Amino acid sequence: MSLDLFVSHYNYWVVIFLMMVGFYILISRGNLIKKIVGLNVFQTAVFMLYISMGKISGGTPPILVDPKGEGKGHGGAETVGEAAAEIVYSNPLPHVLILTAIVVGIATTSVGLALAVRIKEAYGTMEEDEINRIEAETEAGE
Amino acid sequence: MSAHLPILQVVVPLLAAPLCAFLRNARAAAVIAVLASWATLAVALSLLGDVMSAGVISYEIGDWAPPLGIEYRVDIVNAWVLVIVSTIASVVAPYMITSVEDEVERRRIPLFHAAYLLCLAGLLGITITGDVFNVFVFLEISSLSAYALIAMGTRRRALTAAFRYLVMGTVGATFIVIGIGLLYVMTGSLNMADLAVLLPEVWDSRTVKVAYGFLGVGCCLKLALFPLHLWLPNAYAFAPSAVTAFLASTATKVAVYMLLRFFLTIFGAPFSFGVMGLDRVLLPLALAAVVTMSLVAIFQVDVKRLLAYSSVAQIGYMVLGLSFASVTGLTATLLHLFNHALMKGALFMAMGCVVYRIGSVHIDAMAGLGKRMPWTMAAFVVGGLSLVGVPLTVGFVSKWFLILGALERGWWPVAVVVLLASVLALVYVWRVVEAAYFRPAGGDEGTREAPWRLLVPTWVLVGANLYFGIGAARTARVAERAAEVLMTGVGP
Amino acid sequence: MREEVVVRVGAKILVPFIIMFALYVHFHGDYSPGGGFQAGVILAAAFVLLALVYGLEAVQRVLPPWFTRMCAALGVLIFAGVGVVTMLLGHNYLGYNALAPDPTHPEHGQHYGILLVELGVLVTVFGVMVTVFYLFAGRGRENS
Repeated sequence: MSLDLFVSHYNYWVVIFLMMVGFYILISRGNLIKKIVGLNVFQTAVFMLYISMGKISGGTPPILVDPKGEGKGHGGAETVGEAAAEIVYSNPLPHVLILTAIVVGIATTSVGLALAVRIKEAYGTMEEDEINRIEAETEAGE
Repeated sequence: MSAHLPILQVVVPLLAAPLCAFLRNARAAAVIAVLASWATLAVALSLLGDVMSAGVISYEIGDWAPPLGIEYRVDIVNAWVLVIVSTIASVVAPYMITSVEDEVERRRIPLFHAAYLLCLAGLLGITITGDVFNVFVFLEISSLSAYALIAMGTRRRALTAAFRYLVMGTVGATFIVIGIGLLYVMTGSLNMADLAVLLPEVWDSRTVKVAYGFLGVGCCLKLALFPLHLWLPNAYAFAPSAVTAFLASTATKVAVYMLLRFFLTIFGAPFSFGVMGLDRVLLPLALAAVVTMSLVAIFQVDVKRLLAYSSVAQIGYMVLGLSFASVTGLTATLLHLFNHALMKGALFMAMGCVVYRIGSVHIDAMAGLGKRMPWTMAAFVVGGLSLVGVPLTVGFVSKWFLILGALERGWWPVAVVVLLASVLALVYVWRVVEAAYFRPAGGDEGTREAPWRLLVPTWVLVGANLYFGIGAARTARVAERAAEVLMTGVGP
Repeated sequence: MREEVVVRVGAKILVPFIIMFALYVHFHGDYSPGGGFQAGVILAAAFVLLALVYGLEAVQRVLPPWFTRMCAALGVLIFAGVGVVTMLLGHNYLGYNALAPDPTHPEHGQHYGILLVELGVLVTVFGVMVTVFYLFAGRGRENS
């Protein structure tokens, strides 16, 4: 692999690094809260993947702009339509998808945290190995 | 209104869920849940009828034409899965009323029904949509509500089981998003039918192969294929009984459908079997699942967990059918989706009856139950025979097609393994039957038969096991046509 | 934080502006960045700030937990309900063109449709955010 390819695809390296960091936290930590943090980092890596692929160099945010600066794009549809041919817009679709995925991520995080709180109340600990020990003891006691 | 059937399939439970959350009254919420479930069944059946006679139905959400807009696309394959999910839902929903009053805190019951309806809406949404990102959204709707449902189990281990499922399920779903993102990079499309057209041009690209891998692993996590099944046994064992019956017979089925959709419709059978060698990857995993998980099931003492391990083994059968890469094999897979939903639904519902009366499904606690709860245990026996694959039950039909598929490929050792695994199934079913019928009764003398409100739904599913076991021609015909659609790519 | 005058007065001054900004983000969302989700979070943040400064009980008197829970369900009903209304008006689900007051310009319906649907999102997100905050913030006290 040439250095050029390495540098020009740097966004993917960032994504892979973040993803592996998240995955490592998820697997190696026994604390449930840290696991959720790892899961979050892991998901964020995917958000970065999507966002970076929607970027077009020199592209503006995908909101209709009026080059003369008159009005707000609202109402002046005809003039904007003509000018739009010269303006490069970034692809909005990945952003929309990721907005959805972020919402999903928040929901997952709050369900995970809620479960962690209730586990703490039920077992008195949030460390996975202690929970496993308590579970093994109760199972042996049955 | 019939033009709007595809969207009604999802919107009815989706609207019913917040209504349930509004209500303070447990009974009223339960009635809404039952009515909504029955409505989805009516919609699913008429969709299947329409598709069988008129071909593919496409519905444009918000009047935006595909491939730009989101399309709901019903062909014979997902109409079939919709019928499976809504059938189970409409049988489990009435059962849930009584079972849940016993197992869930009273003030949480309306929210429980709301979560159940959201889960149902999510599962139906995954099945009906023709847009890959929509699949992810509905997948998370169904999964998040499933985590909440499982965590409402009576024992505290339900919480850790739900947490583990949450972690593994989220990793699986995130893998699927990565796969979808990579497909979008290569084709610029999210519409399934459009992707199927665009992908063959970029088959050679490494990105597409990586996307294939991510989607495969993500789906296999969700459907609990053998080495990725670790979340399943505890989640099913500690969830409330009605939830176990519902999830065991729908959630994994929908995940299998998702796998079939991604691999056969979007990538296409020539890519999956020709380029990627999917059959060679899945065959050993499926066989390992069938054999090892049946063996593990034999040594379980908690009957719900025994059945959960058996579920992992049965999922092995479904994946086995796919790995034959033939119409017969896929027919077996699609038939087994339906048949396994019927048998596992009946078995877990019978276990729910036992929990309702004696509060435990430990195998020792069930000693002598055959006399005290004759109808419940008879339901378990019929469901168990179906699981083993005795003729006149639906289990036999699935195994018949599986063995046909194996022999068609000339893989007779596979056929032998399927038969041997049936013997293992006989062993673990027998352990429960032995305890219930041939051991002296211990414990409470006053244990009575479960109430009819639990028994009737259970026996409806048991009856379906026999009805579709004897009259297998109808289901087999639908499954065969669906298999042909999958193997030939985009529907007619 | 009952003794911190600066914080208490500062929060009191900020909250109306935060609520105003949330509404701006919502209603301006169809031709600049923004929308129901962001607006809902900002609106919820106003009440979270109040709760942090004045205590949970004070805020729950204004915004009781049953109300935020209702909001969470109500928003979904608004969103899905808009879809059902368009369906009853003879268009496809969420076909906003059906909502146009003037049939010769059906595209104007898109404007109203988006605003209504995003209003549903705002209500749900606001309800869920505040409910989640209440549940986590109130957790320790019930048991101790």
